[in-house]
Amino acid sequence: MLLSVENLSVSYGRIKALHGVSFQVDEGEIVCIIGANGAGKSTTLRAISRLIPAESGSQMTYMGHDLLAYPADKVVSQLGISHVPEGRRLFDNLTVMENLKLACFARSDGRQIERDMERVFSIFSRLEERKSQKAGTLSGGEQQMLAMGRALMSARKVMLLDEPSMGLAPLLMKDVFSALKEINQEGTTILLVEQNARMALQFAQRGYVLESGNLVLEGASANLLANPEVKKAYLGG
Amino acid sequence: MTFLLQNLINALQWGSFYALIALGYSMVYGVLMLFNFAHGDVFMVGAYIGFFVSSGLLAVAALGFVALPTGVMLALILVLTLIIAMFLNTFVGMAVERIGYRPLRAAPRASAAITGLMIGIILETGNLALFGAQRRSFPTLIETATFQFAGVSVTNKKIMIVLVSLLLMLALHIFVRRTKWGMAMRAMAFDYVVVPLMGVPINLIALLTFGLGSALAAAAGILYGVAYPVLDPYMGILFGWKAFVAAILGGRGSVLGAGLAGFLLGFIEIFVAAIFPSTMRDLIAFSIILLILTVRPHGFFGEPYSARLRL
Repeated sequence: MLLSVENLSVSYGRIKALHGVSFQVDEGEIVCIIGANGAGKSTTLRAISRLIPAESGSQMTYMGHDLLAYPADKVVSQLGISHVPEGRRLFDNLTVMENLKLACFARSDGRQIERDMERVFSIFSRLEERKSQKAGTLSGGEQQMLAMGRALMSARKVMLLDEPSMGLAPLLMKDVFSALKEINQEGTTILLVEQNARMALQFAQRGYVLESGNLVLEGASANLLANPEVKKAYLGG
Repeated sequence: MTFLLQNLINALQWGSFYALIALGYSMVYGVLMLFNFAHGDVFMVGAYIGFFVSSGLLAVAALGFVALPTGVMLALILVLTLIIAMFLNTFVGMAVERIGYRPLRAAPRASAAITGLMIGIILETGNLALFGAQRRSFPTLIETATFQFAGVSVTNKKIMIVLVSLLLMLALHIFVRRTKWGMAMRAMAFDYVVVPLMGVPINLIALLTFGLGSALAAAAGILYGVAYPVLDPYMGILFGWKAFVAAILGGRGSVLGAGLAGFLLGFIEIFVAAIFPSTMRDLIAFSIILLILTVRPHGFFGEPYSARLRL
């Protein structure tokens, strides 16, 4: 088991967002967490990335390391867990190239950085054409590519993805997911959260269903896709 | 014409001090979204460090181990003083961030402002307690030489002060534009929250930002000491406030704006003093600035909503 989350609880002030959530991700897997807006999907990823504090009693283990002992930047640079945040959150005031280079801030393996950069440009060739443009001038699809490219440059053992399909036309969405498949085949484990349940379940091998801070269902994607409750609540009947 | 040129040169020198200090305000605001109201006193501490370092170096030089012509020796001491004091003042600024501001990252901004004022008072009174109330006179490191051309007199000190200031600003610009540290500063100015996801330790960038600003403030303190060699523990208050006004005038977070507005403030003050009685200098100068801010509330390079740090 690569990543194990046990009894994860998170609160924003007095509002409890996660009520003791537990799940596992194995090496090489693609796992998705689906759920409605406000179910706690982004909160789960942010807690893994240590952007927000987990409450006492929560346990997160990654390859035998206690995740809670690492600050957010070390989760990326030492443990190798990257995070594509909701809404991309690119640095619009930096160029495409600068965004990618910033993601290598803590890396000192110059040769490997160059190879990784070439790889990112081969998966997302549009980024190379636009490398000296400010990130703020990119189209929505290009922004999502840069956000994923940036994550790949920062760490490549695990990639956490928050709503990669958001705001993308169906055709672009297909491109994004086929790029993710490629990234996964090169050895990056993927944990994604999605509101677009159909897309996510078609892409992932396993899924969890999150409902107001609780995991209510889990299983192989095919089973979830066939589950009547999931169908009714998330797949439009 | 001579009048204009003469005052222009004076204003360039006077504006250099403001510009160097204003950069520190602006950078910290841009990266961390807080105004470091202790910055004027960090300038004062920098001037004092410069005083002690240069006095120490002069004492060592007087031992006569190294035989150099006096002028060369003094110039060497000035350069060393600048380097050493800038380096040491970096730690003063980093301590202010670590002790004063970091515990308040998530606190309301007003708390951070009050903390800044208190740190300022601690630096002033700490200086008073440690070194007494007497003023210090900054050692003479440059023998004044005056050049005349076209009826305008320029001293070698003024040329040196303006050149060193411009050089430091250029160095800062290159640092922020060309290094990964500068890139991280610009990224933090745009979106603080996700910077750690790039593997960037943001506490280190915060320290760096305070350190850089404080190094520039130390340079301003030493250059000020060279031009006006009287130091006292409260010298940073009014100077700090004025440089803060320059930072606002330039547009919060705009490094270019802070530099230019620092010089503009110098120009306004010098020209007001040249035309009106000098007792009216600040009254008129700041009335003009108030007017400018009424027309351009975001300053010259500030915009209401966009990246806070424009470099």
